[in-house]
Amino acid sequence: MTEFLVVVRPGELLLDPLSHEFMRRALLVSSMVGAVCGLLSCYMTLKGWALMGDAVSHAVMPGVVVAYALGIPFAVGAFVFGVGSVALIGFVKQKSRVKEDTVIGLVFTGFFALGLVLVSKIKSNIDLMHILFGSPLGISISDLQQTLLISLIVVFILLVFRRDLLLYCFDATHARSIGINTGFLHYLLLSVLSLAAVAGLQTVGIILVVAMLITPGATAYLLTDRFDRMTFLAVSSSIFSSILGVYISYWTDIETGGSIVLVQTIVFLIAFLFAPRYGILNSRHSLTS
Amino acid sequence: MEGFSNHPFTGDFRIEADQICVDYNGRVALYDASLRLRAGCICGLVGMNGAGKSTFIRALMGFVRPSRGIVRINGMPLRQAQREQAVAYVPQNEGIDCSFPVSVWDVVMMGRYGSMNLMRVPRESDRRAVLDALERVELLEFRNNPIGSLSGGQRKRTFLARAIAQRASVLLLDEPFTGVDVRTEKLMADLFLQFRQQGRSILISTHDLTHVRDFCDFVVLINKTVLAYGETSKVFTKENLTMTFGGMPPDLLSGVSHSEDLEA
Repeated sequence: MTEFLVVVRPGELLLDPLSHEFMRRALLVSSMVGAVCGLLSCYMTLKGWALMGDAVSHAVMPGVVVAYALGIPFAVGAFVFGVGSVALIGFVKQKSRVKEDTVIGLVFTGFFALGLVLVSKIKSNIDLMHILFGSPLGISISDLQQTLLISLIVVFILLVFRRDLLLYCFDATHARSIGINTGFLHYLLLSVLSLAAVAGLQTVGIILVVAMLITPGATAYLLTDRFDRMTFLAVSSSIFSSILGVYISYWTDIETGGSIVLVQTIVFLIAFLFAPRYGILNSRHSLTS
Repeated sequence: MEGFSNHPFTGDFRIEADQICVDYNGRVALYDASLRLRAGCICGLVGMNGAGKSTFIRALMGFVRPSRGIVRINGMPLRQAQREQAVAYVPQNEGIDCSFPVSVWDVVMMGRYGSMNLMRVPRESDRRAVLDALERVELLEFRNNPIGSLSGGQRKRTFLARAIAQRASVLLLDEPFTGVDVRTEKLMADLFLQFRQQGRSILISTHDLTHVRDFCDFVVLINKTVLAYGETSKVFTKENLTMTFGGMPPDLLSGVSHSEDLEA
């Protein structure tokens, strides 16, 4: 036992990886993306947009491929296809008798399939696995810069419009009645979602990005009844999970995206069981007291 | 007592609705509904379930786009009136997520958003308006409670406080008396009378005729269109009510005519 402590000191465990440039980058981009997605996840969970988040994050796929092929920033392509998919969902829902969740599932898988076909047809240096599963340990400097820029834009928008978006999620009718343009807020939130999905794509990939967009919010929702505290808890749990996930991936040589999301899920499970008021192990207690 | 922003208006009417028609995908919900409401009056909007009360209010608030007709508030087009915080709306509680992580204070402060800057940073005057509104609905001690912990009546008062904090000159309330306790009902009625005295105009949709008799100056009887409109004493006749409720007067209706008999 003492021998083990001598061999693996926690300081070395945490500091050693930092001597590698790729780990410093991975930690930077993961914590930044974690913060952004954590912040947005509060609105996604409160608005009930988990399925929408899944849809948009998958639908950005062809946009990313086209953008790479044309040599424009991938955020632009992702943005166009992300918002476009939602517009299409709205259009099909309005013009047909098919129910909304069916339309969402239909449109996003269609877009995703288009992305897969494009990747295989367009000759480029896109690594499909990187898009699908993320690769923060292998992120290039230009992708890093782009992701940081996107993150800053998203955080800026969410900070400026935080009150309006909260009101929109809580009571859109009231927002309209006091003259707030709810259509604008709707598309603003969707745009931010598309941007966050591209940012999240860098760390956990398209398939798992929806976890980044809902799990921290769901965890925080179990811990507090105050929105400000909820955003704080979501952002910090998301950053914590991202950093720990990257470290675990480094120590044990496992998939980074999977590792980050798994840590997030475990954090959620802990809240689910032990949250002071809403944890299942405590709710019985509050009933008897 | 704090007043409200007494919006200057050119016309004579707080609410002017002219020949409003609303249809949902071809199904007519309301046709040719007109209404004029002067400053300082309480008007009851009475009809059966499905008669178009909510639709009329939704059209007056611009939540549904009328296929025909025009709405003006204080002589202004609706959108402008809403931007100037001239009109407040108190919904039925349906459709509100009660587990939302906001406190009573947060909800009432939302009534002030339209008067704040882009970031919605509350000023001292906003805080005072919220405090005042909370005092009036007797919820001051609950201001830090999450809305999920409130009773139905308290929640209703919270949304009323939000409308009060908005300081609008026109208030539209959708079924405010449904599912509330006696105390809340009394409190709301008193507040409405105060507002009337200040020159605000209030439109209340209800299917409970006793409330209308108690404090509504005017009444609009509605069944897909406006059947009768005018002073309560003149419009509240047995024939009109029978027409409104489709020849099948509810229990309350017989109660009304009975008490009229007693007075006579």
